[in-house]
Amino acid sequence: MRDDMDKLRGTTPLDMNNPLRPQDVPASANKRHVDRLLEQGKTNAGGGKKHEEEQFSLNDDRRVKSLSPGALVAKRFFRNRLAVVGLVMLIAMFLFSFVGGWISPYGQDEIFYIYEGQQKQYVGVVRNDTFRYAAADGQEFGSAAQAQVVLAMNQGKDTFTYRDVEYTLAEEGSDFYTIYAGNTLVAMAYKDIVNAPDGVSDSSLTFNFQYGALKAYANGESEFSADGVTYRLDDQDIYNGSELAGYISRFVVRPVENGVVITRHFKEELELAIETDDPEFLYTDTDGVEYTYTIQYDPATQSWSVKQEKLTYVADDYALPSAEHPLGTDKNGMDMLTRLMYGGRVSLVIGFIVVIISGFIGVILGGISGYFGKWVDNFIMRVVDVFYCIPSMPLIIILGAAMDAMQVDPMMRIFYLMLVLGFLGWPSIARMVRGQILSLREQEFMTATEACGISVSRRIFRHLIPNVIPQLIVICTMSLGSTIITEATLSFLGLGVKFPFASWGNIINDVNNAYVMTNYLWIWIPAGVCLLITVLGFNFVGDGLRDAFDPRMKR
Amino acid sequence: MRKFIVKRILLSILILFCVTFIIYALMRALPTSFVESMAMQLAQAPGSKPYNEWLDQLNAAYGLDMELIPGYLTWLKGAIVGNFGDSWKYSMPVLQKFNEVIWLSFIMGGIAFILELIIAIPLGVIAATKQYSKADYAITAGALLGISLPTFFFATLLKLAFAVNLKWFELSGLVSRDYPQLDAWGQFLDKANHLVLPIATLVIVSVGSLMRYTRTNMLEVLNSDYIRTARAKGLSERKVIYHHAFRNTLIPLVTIVGGSLPGLFSGALITETLFSIPGIGFTSYTAMTAGDIPFSMFYMTFLAVLTLLGNLISDILYAVVDPRVRIA
Repeated sequence: MRDDMDKLRGTTPLDMNNPLRPQDVPASANKRHVDRLLEQGKTNAGGGKKHEEEQFSLNDDRRVKSLSPGALVAKRFFRNRLAVVGLVMLIAMFLFSFVGGWISPYGQDEIFYIYEGQQKQYVGVVRNDTFRYAAADGQEFGSAAQAQVVLAMNQGKDTFTYRDVEYTLAEEGSDFYTIYAGNTLVAMAYKDIVNAPDGVSDSSLTFNFQYGALKAYANGESEFSADGVTYRLDDQDIYNGSELAGYISRFVVRPVENGVVITRHFKEELELAIETDDPEFLYTDTDGVEYTYTIQYDPATQSWSVKQEKLTYVADDYALPSAEHPLGTDKNGMDMLTRLMYGGRVSLVIGFIVVIISGFIGVILGGISGYFGKWVDNFIMRVVDVFYCIPSMPLIIILGAAMDAMQVDPMMRIFYLMLVLGFLGWPSIARMVRGQILSLREQEFMTATEACGISVSRRIFRHLIPNVIPQLIVICTMSLGSTIITEATLSFLGLGVKFPFASWGNIINDVNNAYVMTNYLWIWIPAGVCLLITVLGFNFVGDGLRDAFDPRMKR
Repeated sequence: MRKFIVKRILLSILILFCVTFIIYALMRALPTSFVESMAMQLAQAPGSKPYNEWLDQLNAAYGLDMELIPGYLTWLKGAIVGNFGDSWKYSMPVLQKFNEVIWLSFIMGGIAFILELIIAIPLGVIAATKQYSKADYAITAGALLGISLPTFFFATLLKLAFAVNLKWFELSGLVSRDYPQLDAWGQFLDKANHLVLPIATLVIVSVGSLMRYTRTNMLEVLNSDYIRTARAKGLSERKVIYHHAFRNTLIPLVTIVGGSLPGLFSGALITETLFSIPGIGFTSYTAMTAGDIPFSMFYMTFLAVLTLLGNLISDILYAVVDPRVRIA
């Protein structure tokens, strides 16, 4: 049915059954015939006029509306559903890549940062449950003697002998002992610790001061004097007049990092939190910055470890999809959607330039080879054979590895990649062009061009090549798809387009990290889908064009 | 016929010389810093020779200290007698390494190829006989989808679905960790299990082109005059298609199948690399990225030989099955 409609409405110059073929019309003059043949040669490539619709008698040829070959091709193309789907896919991907990248508010290598709470070990806290010893000024009390004290305490004795000296142990208060040799105060053993007001310069505190403070603390006194100064004891704080001179505490707070100053106030907050079993507390440090601290008790070491939650300014990597970043962010904290768009640009531009390079070389060499034949043809075809045999993938991989070794600039890499792919791609195009031209050159319209004395280059490039354009378009469309795959594969292997440039291949490259592959699907699936859609689009369109250009496939 | 074959073989050998020369020249054209960094790397290995000695040795080993033509001739002299030198990466003769890994690639390629034939030919015939039906659209779209699928993306999807989520197959490699403890049958099953995903990738990615090729050729045959004659004789559609049409479709099919037989040895560079299957593809990939020039040279020469062999076989087969060609 459809076939018949076609015949009624249009003519195809290559259609053997069609009675309206131009060359079948009797020509009165030879010149006119030649002109018509030339015309045919040109219209093959898609030109021609539409007949205007007028009233004609029934048997008038002009009643039959004839479409130009180009329009016929378009008609056949749009009747092919797959081809139309492919075209829509391609248009969508082009818009996505070229317009999308332009609309997108972000740049392709714009890094996004967030404040992220990072818990860092801040201090360790131990409740002091072992005796500490301090020797009085001018006295010595080594660790061996200290061991004797513990021994004596455990045995409940209040005297012990060490190195022929008899020591007396006097309990001054709970967990506070003084040690005398005769009547001289030698040392003291204590569990509550006297700290300097800043919590750092504890070693600057004198023995007398510590002794006085601890003694007063143990006996519940509110005043003591040491080194000729009278101090006031208020709960645990020691004042010299109104100035804080130190404080007593059983907790030992040790900063994890050197140079961290643990203030009295912080310690108090910390002790309060520990006593009330509060797992978290807020503290504003002297710089006025508030941090959250979390406390964790470790029963094994009987210590608390305090972590400071610090907000750090970090790259927002692998962020989940959100309103700002519809596809999340990648490992560098760059917007995935934007990178996808720019990646599409790179992939498409590389594809086009490669195909243009190989098409250009292929058409010229194929045209020359097909037209001249003989030894020229033989020579060029052997060159084609040689190029056919060069294994392209290994070659490009080696070149990529070499460029890696030389640390070629990423921009230059893209150029080299395009050149290499272009130079490796031309043989198939040259072969196709040559084959077509071999058969075309024997046709009548070429004899006509010769008869008219048209120059050789004009004959090749104005009369032969345009007739190859349909097949050329098909083969170029198809090879666009395969070029994009090749480029993506190379970029995936890390040998093609490199950071900071995005390419669909190097976006998927992230799956080499197994965690990304299984958990961050939004990173690599969209890139793969884009790649698939584009290549599929080119193949669908190429396939549809092939069917449309080939009249034997008419329907 | 013999004259035809001899002519073809001689031509192939000539082309092979040109190809190897071009490959050699390209290798030589690689900036010297490439070899230098190789030497630097080697020199950094513990207990290694100093950098300068490595550089000299590498240059001498690969004839890089010679001019282009003498260097090529030296390489060629070795290559003809089967001496491709020692692999830098694997530190053993290139051919020995090749012999270790080639059979795995061949088995993988062979299984994939047989599966492709089993899937592609019937589907292609169906698509052609029912042109423009739903089945045809589905098959054509499927074939194009297979062609358009980037190997690495599809392989990753397969890994995610079957190795990570379903845990049916292993993620990569050829053998599991407990391989040495298994009995012979278990070892076989273990290897087979590891090869399922790579082979599936190979088949699905490359089945499309054969399917389309079958369809196009079948269509061409179905549109020919003798099929019309067969139909006019009143033969059943079955007989027309499977007796008359399909047999004629076999001519181009046999040609292309014969032509791709040598390709079974070439290994699947990308697929093997993705699944870390130690075949010739993965081995060569590792060698190439490591800048192992002797192995790369050998692999590329090997591939060129395979391509030429494929062309030769398909030319000869074409001449055998279709006597009309022989005159040309």
